[in-house]
Amino acid sequence: MANHTIAHNVYVPFLEKKGILSWILTTDHKRIGIMYLISISFFFLVAGVFALLMRYELLTPASDFVQPHTYNVLFTLHGSIMVFFFIVPGLAASFGNFLIPLMIGAPDVAFPKLNLGSYWIYLLGAAIVLIALAKPADTGWTFYTPYSATTDTDVVLITLGVFVLGFSSILTGLNFIVTIHKMRAPGMTWHRLPLFIWASYATAILQLLATPVVGITLLLLITERTLGVGFFDPAKGGDPVLFQNFFWFYSHPAVYIMIIPAMGVISEIIPVFARKPIFGYKAIAYSSLGIAFISFLVWAHHMFTSGISDIAATIFSFLTFLVAIPTAIKVFNWTATLYKGSIHLHSAMLYALAFIFLFTIGGLTGLFLGALAADIHLHDTYFVVAHMHYVMIGGTVMGFFGALHFWYPKWFGRMFNETVAKIAWLFIFIGFNVTFFPQFFLGVQGMPRRYATYPPQFESLMSLSTYGSWILGFGIFIMTLNLIAGLINGEKAPQNPYGSLSLEWQVPSPPPLENFEEIPHVTDWSYGYGKKK
Amino acid sequence: MATHSHAEEHHITGNKTYIIVWAALMVMTAITVYVSYINFGMLNIVIALVIASIKASIVALYFMHLKLEDSITWVFALFPLLLLALLIGMTITDTFTRTIVP
Ligand code: HEM
Ligand SMILES: [Cu+2]
Repeated sequence: MANHTIAHNVYVPFLEKKGILSWILTTDHKRIGIMYLISISFFFLVAGVFALLMRYELLTPASDFVQPHTYNVLFTLHGSIMVFFFIVPGLAASFGNFLIPLMIGAPDVAFPKLNLGSYWIYLLGAAIVLIALAKPADTGWTFYTPYSATTDTDVVLITLGVFVLGFSSILTGLNFIVTIHKMRAPGMTWHRLPLFIWASYATAILQLLATPVVGITLLLLITERTLGVGFFDPAKGGDPVLFQNFFWFYSHPAVYIMIIPAMGVISEIIPVFARKPIFGYKAIAYSSLGIAFISFLVWAHHMFTSGISDIAATIFSFLTFLVAIPTAIKVFNWTATLYKGSIHLHSAMLYALAFIFLFTIGGLTGLFLGALAADIHLHDTYFVVAHMHYVMIGGTVMGFFGALHFWYPKWFGRMFNETVAKIAWLFIFIGFNVTFFPQFFLGVQGMPRRYATYPPQFESLMSLSTYGSWILGFGIFIMTLNLIAGLINGEKAPQNPYGSLSLEWQVPSPPPLENFEEIPHVTDWSYGYGKKK
Repeated sequence: MATHSHAEEHHITGNKTYIIVWAALMVMTAITVYVSYINFGMLNIVIALVIASIKASIVALYFMHLKLEDSITWVFALFPLLLLALLIGMTITDTFTRTIVP
């Protein structure tokens, strides 16, 4: 018996096994997380290149680098790949997979095989979209009818790919919900859960309940195109606005699928580097659920100019303002956590601070857009482009980069070069603002989105934005190289480099195959930094 | 754990229940077909949907064992219905009020 336990307790890091089969057939949540991480990062870089090409076209007023049609294809691919292949699966699939079992003290997710299945479905969706590139769509990532029903580009395949991808999202959500309900270690009560888990839970609910709607919507569009059924064609008794209603019923909750996990990441990073207990734990936890629910009630704020009735528009405008409440609760709680903390500016913390700053700008400009009267002017201008990038890059991507730098030692067992990481952060922060802040002005002055050309009076702001994209691209390039270099020749990471109290830091780096030698007994929350709670 | 509750379910829901539920579903299908030949005007769609909802409910309750599940499963089963009501209801606030100009 003694022999047996010793053999059992030898530390085998989960990365020990080599060979392709040890990856593609793995049911280990940590490896599946890595496969997602590599895939989403790949799509992030590809779609990022499309963005740089678009910005290059916009350097001058004329369409001199690419044809307008090519430009339309570029923003369609940029938007759909970024949204459906990077940012929606994003943090949830990569860090969610890696962290949820470790943080709640479980050996794996509830359904490990289903988890692997979700990843393969993701790849299948990606493969279908790759085939669709033979005749790429030019509809924009929103696939609005009637244009998407009539354009002769390949809308069917790309939407089919997104449809397939939806199942990956739904099954991951289901898996995480069951895991969080059923697999918590003894003593890990709901109110001791790390806030990243609360965020993942809210996200999972959205994935499970909202994604089917976009799946069905895209299926209706496919039927309309292939069989000529008139769901959205007024000539056949359909309604093109119905498409927008269905699409945004998913896609507004989807923007919270993108951001809530990042909010969870920020709630983990801030207390560690401020050395203070998180302020307003329950408020942050429940505001995630609050955001998730309210996000189902505001979708028509994307449709104020689509011809919906004035009464409906007024109701949706009012409801949109409600979203700001739980969002602001979080921002104030993070700042209150920083207050009088002993702040350590680790690169992960820099990303977290950038998140708070940039996301606040993004959220507030969202309120401008939610105000009915203002949106009539701002809709489909660069103001919307700036808003969405402040929340999606300034919010989600900053959270993603922060998570990468924060959990890197734990996940891969190595350290990256911290100085280079800080320099890269600076380029990213400056580049991002130079790219997108001018777009607020462009939008207010009436520059519409999705055009390859523009009147000469916009040239200075437009080219400034393009220069910014180069700085941003360069920063991301250095960051990527730095993280890859760390994998190859970084120092070995200690178990708990930041003195974090959370469970995932109490196992070796990288974690052993089975996560915990024995399932831990939890006696306290994980935020008791500085003085006790 | 899984095997335990499984055994329990078998104990409670005998084949007899399943056959009764199946028969009820068949009867309601027949009614749906029958009433489709009668014109109730606006009520056509209402009648069809009410029958369909009853059928869906008893499938969920008996065939899918919802009747035997704990409260959290009920929450997850009913919440999507609320969302569906919101989707339809709030879309209708638009379509039915398009001609009204405040
Ligand atoms: C305080 C919270 C927010 C409010 C009040 C808000 C409001 C709005 C409104 C009213 C629009 C429509 C503008 C128009 O088309 O005329 C919009 C667009 C958009 N928002 Fe937000 N937003 C918020 C947060 C977010 C977050 C957190 C994300 C994503 C992480 C996000 C992503 C987007 C995107 C992608 C669009 C553009 C969609 C498109 O037409 O392509 N928003 N937002
Ligand atoms: Cu929205």
